[in-house]
Amino acid sequence: MAHTDTTDHGHAPQVDSLTGVSTTGHEWDGIQELNNPLPRWWLWVFYATIVWAIGFWIAFPAWPLISSFTPGILGWSSREQVAEQLNDLREQRSAMMTRLEDSTTAQIESDPELLSFARALGRPAFGDNCAPCHGAGGGGAKGYPNLNDDAWLWGGTLADIEQTIRFGIRSGHDEARVGDMPAFGRDGMIPRADIVAVADYVRSLSGLPVENKANLTTGAKIFADNCASCHQAGGTGSRELGAPNLTTGIWLFGPERETIIDGVWNGHGSVMPAWQGRLDDTTIKALTVFVHTLGGGE
Amino acid sequence: MSLWQKHAIFEKNSIILLLGIVIVVAIGGLVEAVPLFYLKSTIETVDGMRPRSPLELAGFNIYVREGCYNCHSQQVRVLRDEVERYGHYSLAAESMYDHPFQWGSKRTGPDLARVGGKYSDGWHRDHLRDPKSVVPGSVMPPYGFLEQRELDFSRISDDMRVLRVAGVPYTEEMIERATADVTIQATLDDPDVDGLRSRYPNAVARNFDGNPGRVTEADALIAYLQHLGTQVDFKLYDNKANIR
Repeated sequence: MAHTDTTDHGHAPQVDSLTGVSTTGHEWDGIQELNNPLPRWWLWVFYATIVWAIGFWIAFPAWPLISSFTPGILGWSSREQVAEQLNDLREQRSAMMTRLEDSTTAQIESDPELLSFARALGRPAFGDNCAPCHGAGGGGAKGYPNLNDDAWLWGGTLADIEQTIRFGIRSGHDEARVGDMPAFGRDGMIPRADIVAVADYVRSLSGLPVENKANLTTGAKIFADNCASCHQAGGTGSRELGAPNLTTGIWLFGPERETIIDGVWNGHGSVMPAWQGRLDDTTIKALTVFVHTLGGGE
Repeated sequence: MSLWQKHAIFEKNSIILLLGIVIVVAIGGLVEAVPLFYLKSTIETVDGMRPRSPLELAGFNIYVREGCYNCHSQQVRVLRDEVERYGHYSLAAESMYDHPFQWGSKRTGPDLARVGGKYSDGWHRDHLRDPKSVVPGSVMPPYGFLEQRELDFSRISDDMRVLRVAGVPYTEEMIERATADVTIQATLDDPDVDGLRSRYPNAVARNFDGNPGRVTEADALIAYLQHLGTQVDFKLYDNKANIR
């Protein structure tokens, strides 16, 4: 066998004269291997891990069987654990949560303690769900309304905001807010030259400089015929249809002539998803209050 | 000589050592992997899962082609923080028609398992064109070229045939109608949309890329993203039903 095979290793086991420890009999180029035992502490830790593993097999799901597996005497499952944790979280918040559920959004705002709780609940929900479009602070972006200012497309009261969050805008939900701006140019409803004229007129509504003053008369007529039904005469907008007020100098897509021409040519119909179903009622309520108190709530 | 001395045979013959390693690793692998193929509790059946529509499948192919899985996972784990952020934890059945699966192992970007319906198509267009325009801290590269490129779906029915071999239940009718279905789903108000829905329940047909008249790669990718994680109705899902 290996360690007695002197032709293989060159040496039989012997005691090393310097340390007094016997060797394994292995020898390479005159260097011999001492046969020290494993450290005791290491060995005991190793045995302990084996005992631990057996305990683990008994307590937790472990071994596959023919048609099932050993479930362990604790009956642990990751799905039940997460359900419990979510339950614990609800209970931890329950006192305030119940008050929040039982209060109307108006009541929440008049109760400072409840308001700060709702805002604390709304902030992370806003960060995850709303900020990708409306910006981290609700400041909006091109095509996504600013929620801090006083300009509201569909209304800025608590009820308006809640309805918008719940059912969305052009989201496909039955109760979603609907109102499309047609593609006047692409669908051939207004000729190209008239679109330029109406764009100039729209700029003049908020006092922006107009390149071609001659366009204003034609523009005004085109506007009255095509745009005023939603944007109202004078361009003050309509919240029922989500038609922006064009006189405020606050722009959803931008005040540039090209942007306006592009909008009239291709139309607009931005979508906000419906959050009912994805978010629970309490979160929607908290979000409503959060958005309403961002700065522009009515 | 005692059994403890027999290890010398492995130490002296590299091929025998190799075989020994293969056997030991195989036992570990078999014990861990094989039961997942036959244990009933690991093969959960849920209502609502259907094979991807051809347009969604084309989007899936683009998702794989562009390596989206390198930065995005598609797996909401069974952990409190993930369930709170992303929604219901993922079920194995939800990725049963993914070949290859897109669970991913890295989240440079967020998990996408439940991204369907979370944002508007317009947001996805803006975000693909220039991620920083809507998510200022994003490190995602722009994918604006997707809306410039016509979708090549001439071979989509071949894709479906291959997937059928892998067990995705595409019917002969689905495969025959595949190229037509791509156009139907990428068009708003197509008269044949009911036919599409009868083959693929709850499939949403609209002009995903905002450019009517063209079927682009952005159409396919956005259609795919918008349907991710939306098939199982968790109001009806019973997590006890499959513990058996």
